[in-house]
Order: sequence, then C-alpha cells, then structure tokens
Amino acid sequence: MQLGSFIEVMSEFELLNKGNDLDREVTVPYCCDLLSIVMGRMPQGAAWVTVMANTNALAVATLADAACIILAEGSSLDEADVAKAKEKGITVFKTELPVFDTALIIYNRLND
Amino acid sequence: MNESITLNYDVDSNDFTRAGEASSSVKRKLKLMGVDPDIIRKVAISLYEGEINMVIHSYGGTIEVIISTDMIEMILRDKGPGIEDTELAMQAGYTTAPDNIRSLGFGAGMGLPNMKKYSDDLKIESVVGKGTTVRMKVYIPKNIS
Repeated sequence: MQLGSFIEVMSEFELLNKGNDLDREVTVPYCCDLLSIVMGRMPQGAAWVTVMANTNALAVATLADAACIILAEGSSLDEADVAKAKEKGITVFKTELPVFDTALIIYNRLND
Repeated sequence: MNESITLNYDVDSNDFTRAGEASSSVKRKLKLMGVDPDIIRKVAISLYEGEINMVIHSYGGTIEVIISTDMIEMILRDKGPGIEDTELAMQAGYTTAPDNIRSLGFGAGMGLPNMKKYSDDLKIESVVGKGTTVRMKVYIPKNIS
C-alpha cells in the first residue's frame, strides 16, 4: 500500500505530520523501542510502531528508511520535534492504543 | 567521474538534538548523487551508529566522508577518552551507556555490531587517554554505480 493511501485508511490514528514521499510503499508493521535494534533490524518501508517519541527516533526513521512512525500508548512529539518531522518530511501518527493493538490494525489493513 | 568528494562534520559531545545531522546530510547528498538506495542505507546506518557513539561516549570529534566511484569511506575521529577493551565493546549487548542515555532509546549494546554488519570494512584504533579513530568502508559494486 502506498503511504498516501495508508494515511487515508488509518483514520483511527491522529496524524501529527503528513510527510513527503507519499507514493512510497508501506511494507510491514515493525515494533521496537531500542534504537540500535531498530537501526539494525527494521525492514525498509516499515510502519514503525514505538513509544520513543523524540528527536532521535525521527533521525532513526529517516536513516533506516521507515515509511512512517506511529507513536503508541499516547506518546507524542513536542512542538520542536513536530517541526523537525515537517522539515525532514517524515509522516508521524499518534494513538492511545498499545503497541500490539496498533501493529495488529496496521497488519490487517496492509493485508486486507 | 574519477575524482572523489570529501565531506567534513564536527560532532559535539552530548548534543542529542543535533545527533544524526551528519549522517542525515550524507544520506541526502548520496541520494542527490543518485547512489543506489541499498548502498545509501548501509552508509546511513553505519555512520549514524558511529555518530551516536561519538555523542554518547566521546569528548567530541570530527567525521570525514570520502565519496568516490567505487566506495564510500567514513573516518570518525574523537578526542577521547578511548576504548579500554575494543573486543569487549564489539560484543552485541555490551554497553557502558548510563541510564539517562538508555531512557533516550540508546544503550542496547548494538552500535558497534551494527557498524560491523552494515559496513564492508571496519577498523577501530583506540588509545585510552587520547582518542578513537573508526574507519568504515562501504563498497559500491561496479554494476550498480
């Protein structure tokens, strides 16, 4: 599914920033909070579900080439990091749902 | 194109707001140059891990990236404190990162293992009290350059 369509069908998540590259493919959900593991293991184009809402997560998403970030468990970016996500063109969502539930919704939607 | 391009960056100790800027800048430039995405990913991941290590563990230093037609070479030099046991530091899961660093999502002990995994050649020279120099190479295969 392309990122643009993904943003449309994921209406239960709150969109914090709509990034660039909307025609890129969203491949799989991926869950992890330890950034070095994410760097080493996250598949390209992943919808990355994490509670790690900070500048470093934005850098990791860009460098390891995630399609988007979904902040779970009510975690959220502060204003400075929303600005940074805009600047870097990263799509970021947030949700109150736990990590597993979030990833399951993504998985089902990607495999519908 | 036979000539190479050299990029230079300063890395400050403990500045997590700017951590990753050098790696992001290198990634952008490689993308503009039309380098293969898989090569860019290898460079971005290994360089970011090295950059983060400098921010967390070193007193600051410099990053030099040399881009040529057949490889991308990354040289990270810091001003200390140096690594006491390089072999131990290379072990997956081994970390000396303090709690405040772990709360940022780092400190999994995967930095150096990731650098080894994603670069094609990794050399670490370290002198305690003086500093560490990390050299990494990512080769660009002829058929995709």
